[in-house]
Amino acid sequence: MNGPLSVATIVVALVLAAWLLLRAALNRAPSRFDLLATAVLGALVAVLVLVAVVGLFGDHRPSDTATFGGYLITTIAFAPVAIYLARMEPTRWGNLILGVACLVLPVLVLRLQQIASVTVA
Amino acid sequence: MPDSPAPARTRPADAALNTGLGRVLLFVYGVFALSASARALVQIATHFSEARLAYLLSAVAGLVYISATIGLAIGGERGRLIALVSCSIELLGVLIVGTLSIADAVAFPDDTVWSHYGSGYGYVPLVLPFIGLWWIYRHRPRN
Repeated sequence: MNGPLSVATIVVALVLAAWLLLRAALNRAPSRFDLLATAVLGALVAVLVLVAVVGLFGDHRPSDTATFGGYLITTIAFAPVAIYLARMEPTRWGNLILGVACLVLPVLVLRLQQIASVTVA
Repeated sequence: MPDSPAPARTRPADAALNTGLGRVLLFVYGVFALSASARALVQIATHFSEARLAYLLSAVAGLVYISATIGLAIGGERGRLIALVSCSIELLGVLIVGTLSIADAVAFPDDTVWSHYGSGYGYVPLVLPFIGLWWIYRHRPRN
């Protein structure tokens, strides 16, 4: 959970968030690129979640497994829900939805790391 | 995207409560509905006896966010009323619980969404009801 993959996810999410918030500030509706970039981030997050799920069957299971699972489900669903809502909103607000999602995702990843760091021996 | 009509860049004055910024609010409220109620559920399920008041308020916060989300999603006159009541309770809640959590730390050993005016959530819980109420006010029915 604490590898280069989560660092990459956080960095990509923050860069994308800056871009999307700028697009919203400039009054631009989500373009195909904006939606695709968010989808790519979603795919990255999905890989991260898959790795974490595989890790659940290993030796270092987080002691708060239920909370960890809840966060995993929330995290993997985040980008798809944001893209779904943004596609219904072809205005600047669509980009704001995507931008907010990209701001929350790093928080979710950090929370996952926190929960994962408390393991059952 | 399949060939949809050119997206409108400006909002018509009579646009619905659940479009535009309303859709952003719907998303953010949805996130808080999920996180607040999940947190309350975990707190009540695992260590309810430690701080009954705080955990019950946690659950109330979750319910308030859920009803605000529903109100914003339904839209229209009824949705607006639901959202208006929810956002008002939310504003009172974050102010009262925020003050209580600072004044009476013993009753709040474990954080809720509204503890310390939502500082654990980047003060978003404090700002959110103001934006919500402003948005609902802008969509008051005109006769």
